[in-house]
Amino acid sequence: MLNETSQLLSDSVERIFSDHVTKECIINSEKGEWPKDLWDEIVNNGLNLVLVPEELGGVGGSWFDAGILFKAIGKYQAPIPLAENITAGHLLSMGSIQLPENSIVTILNGDFSIKDNKFSGISKRTPYGSSATHGVALITNKNSSKIILIPIPKGSISNDKNLALESRSTIDFHDVEILGSSEVEFSSDYIFKIGALMRSCQIAGGLEFLLEQSVQYANDRIQFGRPIAKFQAIQQELAVLATHAAASGVAADYACLSMEDGCEDLAIASAKSRVDDAVSICASIAHQVHGAIGFTYEHGLHFATRRLWSWRAEYGAGSYWAKFLGEKAVASGAKKFWPSITNGKI
Amino acid sequence: MNTPFNFHLTKFSNEAEILRSEVREFLIDALKDIPKETRAETWYGADENFSKKVGEKGWIGLNWPKEFGGAGRTSMERYVILEEMLTAGAPVGAHWISDRQSGPLIIRYGTEKHQKELLPGILKGESYFCIGMSEPDSGSDLAALRTKAEKKDNVYIVNGTKLWTSGAHRCQYMIACFRTSQEEDRHGGLSQFIVDLSLPGVTIRPIIDLAGRHHFNEVIFEDTEVPADMLIGTEGNGWNQVTAELALERSGPERYLSSYILLQELVNEFSSRNDDEGVTEIGRQMAHLTTLRQMSVSVAGMLDEGANPALEASVVKDLGAVFEQDLPNIAHRLMGLEPDANGSDFQRYLAILTQISPSFSLRGGTREILRGIIARGLGLR
Repeated sequence: MLNETSQLLSDSVERIFSDHVTKECIINSEKGEWPKDLWDEIVNNGLNLVLVPEELGGVGGSWFDAGILFKAIGKYQAPIPLAENITAGHLLSMGSIQLPENSIVTILNGDFSIKDNKFSGISKRTPYGSSATHGVALITNKNSSKIILIPIPKGSISNDKNLALESRSTIDFHDVEILGSSEVEFSSDYIFKIGALMRSCQIAGGLEFLLEQSVQYANDRIQFGRPIAKFQAIQQELAVLATHAAASGVAADYACLSMEDGCEDLAIASAKSRVDDAVSICASIAHQVHGAIGFTYEHGLHFATRRLWSWRAEYGAGSYWAKFLGEKAVASGAKKFWPSITNGKI
Repeated sequence: MNTPFNFHLTKFSNEAEILRSEVREFLIDALKDIPKETRAETWYGADENFSKKVGEKGWIGLNWPKEFGGAGRTSMERYVILEEMLTAGAPVGAHWISDRQSGPLIIRYGTEKHQKELLPGILKGESYFCIGMSEPDSGSDLAALRTKAEKKDNVYIVNGTKLWTSGAHRCQYMIACFRTSQEEDRHGGLSQFIVDLSLPGVTIRPIIDLAGRHHFNEVIFEDTEVPADMLIGTEGNGWNQVTAELALERSGPERYLSSYILLQELVNEFSSRNDDEGVTEIGRQMAHLTTLRQMSVSVAGMLDEGANPALEASVVKDLGAVFEQDLPNIAHRLMGLEPDANGSDFQRYLAILTQISPSFSLRGGTREILRGIIARGLGLR
């Protein structure tokens, strides 16, 4: 059962995405167009501020609430950096820095340095770097971490795209002026971990879409005189897709809830590893059920599957996080293995 | 459509975590003398003395209402006991079925007489029940069952055979589904009975499984006179009662923890090696375990809320069976050791679990039946 805030967020995002994230919107975005109406609607409803506390002008939602939005991005294939903007809002709020007005904020990935209050370093595969106005970076020196707010256009931008044709830019910052900076208590891999959480949730949403589309298609498509859904072979395949989609939803929810308890390592690593396994199985079944039509650009199935194939590798592939978990498990030893599962801590 | 599943996550209460410590403490002593083979069998392993000790602790019927002698605690708290016992390899098989489904069935459908006479023995860990559903011509197709119970005066006269009856040879009672009438609707005319297995006309014959163990039985009824007041629930309502029972049977931790010991042993083996492939695979299985546990716990939470999570239970059981069937193969791939009943601890665990793993996707509903239920939930049939 969702609480009132969660239900409200869920309803708003579903409404906005089903109105605005049309096939045309996704196709235009693949060509490099910025979906201004969609973004404005998101911002007008404050959905990008879900993790910003109310006293800083945000929604004051939980990570579970953020997860609802992350999943919706995957379910509708919304071509905007909403997940990144929500995370940036969280990071900046922890440093009591306000999100700039009319901004599109993304998160920066790389090793950065500060000298004389000027920011330098290369951010690789920056989500929506082609449209973002600002970037948030985490710089860690020995025992302290700093959250930094940077104007993106001050960097030298080289645009690239992932498999799903979402912008993933390389941005070279050289002695760029810092707009905001604050000490925070994050470990150096914090952004990478949150990135894995975002993508896990987005994948869970994408798998929900694959399930819905595949069930719909199987019920509509007639062969041998009846809907293919009536064939047991198809039913059994779709049941398998459903179980992995359900598991991915649970793995993502568990990771979000664990953020509230501050013991996120096990849950986030599990989520990314689990949903990666699910993508391989579910994308294969969804395409198989759709047959040749699902292999065309004209049909929209690939807007989801190409995203799933990209996202499963971003912020650590499943194998990266599986190794992370396995290393911790063998280092702690067999006696502590089960207690680590029940404590949710490794 | 929207996703038909409803897995909202539930956290364990502080009381449940306190109970967890108590169970761990209890098991250190209670499992001292249990042999390795038994530990790998988990709920296939039975030890009456162990079950009595669990009964003395008040941990059987933990979530039954107090008026029936239970502890009146939650399904979530009961879940803690189950998962701790299974991961420790406790021989819970003797009382497992009666705690899980026979007791709850008697509470729900039984008469006051059934409840007064039968529940105390279950709670003490002394009275054991088996499930009489499958028959020679009725496996996945339960409604095809033919064993007849014909009313005559104050008794039902039973003729027929139940098959694959787990543990019948060490149980006092069977809760059996018999055909009491022939109806047009094949789901009609079925009724459930509590059968005292010491009655004249009941023969229990062992069926030895592929691992050479006696676990299954064939139970033959020849003009067995079952007292009419041992019919449980409503005559002709057997199908609905059995279906409700199956929801309890399908979502528990026994549906994904059967091979758990192998994963723990792999952690042990790879602690002293430098092997990235093995370590990564261990982590991957940890991710599956963590997720399955959250799914299964969520079903326990739904039971506490009075919901009917039959569909979610099928999802958990299907994914759980795949997971616990994969583990012996993964352990084989990573270790390359021969499964050997007389070898190292690891080889002995591997020997047992490799052999019994085919049953994981048969017992309690086959993979195909479960996927059929899920497909129905998706609106495909």
